[in-house]
Amino acid sequence: MLPVKLLAMACALIALAVPALAQSDDETEKGLEKYRAMMSDPMSNPGYLAVDRGEELWSHKRGTKNVSLEGCDLGLGPGQLRGAYAQLPRYFADADRVMDLEARLLWCMEMLQGVDTAEVVKRKFSAPGRDSDMEALVAFVANQSNGMKFAAPLTHPKEKEAYALGEAFFHRRSSVMDFSCQTCHSQPGARIRLQKLPTFDTPEEAQATMGSWPTYRVSQNALRTMQHRMWDCMWQMRMPDIEYASPITVALITYLTKKAEGGAIEVPSIKR
Amino acid sequence: MRNIILGALALALGSIGTAAAQEMSAVAPEVLDKAVAQSWPKLSPELQALIEQDETQRECSIHRNEPPAKVAEAIVAREKASIAYPADGKFMGDWKQGEKGALSGYGFRMGDDPKRAAGGNCYACHQLSPAEISYGTLGPSLLGYGKAKGNTPEAQKEVYEKIANAQSVLACSNMPRFGRNKVLSPEQIRDYVAYLLDPDSPVNKGQ
Repeated sequence: MLPVKLLAMACALIALAVPALAQSDDETEKGLEKYRAMMSDPMSNPGYLAVDRGEELWSHKRGTKNVSLEGCDLGLGPGQLRGAYAQLPRYFADADRVMDLEARLLWCMEMLQGVDTAEVVKRKFSAPGRDSDMEALVAFVANQSNGMKFAAPLTHPKEKEAYALGEAFFHRRSSVMDFSCQTCHSQPGARIRLQKLPTFDTPEEAQATMGSWPTYRVSQNALRTMQHRMWDCMWQMRMPDIEYASPITVALITYLTKKAEGGAIEVPSIKR
Repeated sequence: MRNIILGALALALGSIGTAAAQEMSAVAPEVLDKAVAQSWPKLSPELQALIEQDETQRECSIHRNEPPAKVAEAIVAREKASIAYPADGKFMGDWKQGEKGALSGYGFRMGDDPKRAAGGNCYACHQLSPAEISYGTLGPSLLGYGKAKGNTPEAQKEVYEKIANAQSVLACSNMPRFGRNKVLSPEQIRDYVAYLLDPDSPVNKGQ
């Protein structure tokens, strides 16, 4: 049933977008907007399959300690899920560093459950025939903050340091194209080809972007997380593969989340 | 009295400037470098080179692409000196090859085959031929560029230098330094020059 639905959505995209292209950019954008609205229905968004799988994983006992993740403290206390994602990234005293959701989940797996996270990290991004526990868990946990607004504390010195590091990296140019994040994400209204780019100094755009990740990406048939988005941006920038949940990714996510402060969370969304 | 007010004003503006500068350098370069090294561990020397910055990248990053005049002058001079020119001194190649490259974003991404030619990916940021409607807007429109610019040897050399090294013209330009970074060879760059300037190129056809 699902593939039929996806095919129908893909056809709808072509039907909407092709005549619009011949007209004007504005009408193209309107056509795409209609397509996005059509797909955002939770009943037809395959991202919700990941939410369900994440829920099962969350309560599944495993690791050398044979416990579930239900005792994991995501910042609001052990097992407190509602609204926890809205207040990440944050400083965790037990780890003595700032963590985003993905870094924190890895930490809980390792410390709480005694899970070998090397194996989990190998499957950080799903591919045909390879499920990702991280994608499912992120979908489940982030979904528990739906309707809430981004409010990372950013009061601890290490949180402030992470923000400043994220800001500095956002402007750091390197590799053969001399790109930084800023190259593409600082000009309001600008596009790459026909793809509109969010500008993070415009609060509404930062909020709309950050509030719609994790997302189900139709072109990849997969639920994708913010760590995947960071990795993908580095790939586009002709950078080597960045380490999963590394200091730079967490710092960037801290910076971007602060830019989206007050923005509503509605996830998983669905994107092209 | 007036001087005192002006002096106070200058002092106030000066302190704003200092505060802004402090904010911008909230992270020491060593801290950023260390975090970068931790985030890309165990790289081969070829990949390591991609995360390290040359002097121009470093200065543009620190100054958020708005370098002080002196730094900007030094960048332009250094980048101009780095330009490699075609051995035969000809700046115009084949616009058809240039168009292929302008449409291609292939190359230098992880997983891309290094033996396959990289594209200049001009359409990611620029409008060029009126027939290609999928163009980006990060850079200015170059529709009909050659018609406005002409096709003189001076124009050819100027466009060649801009593509080979955009920062030889404007310090901290957002445009990649295609020749300096060896994304495109001098022979390939002149195909792009032709795509922009050749009267037969689709860029210069139409209204």
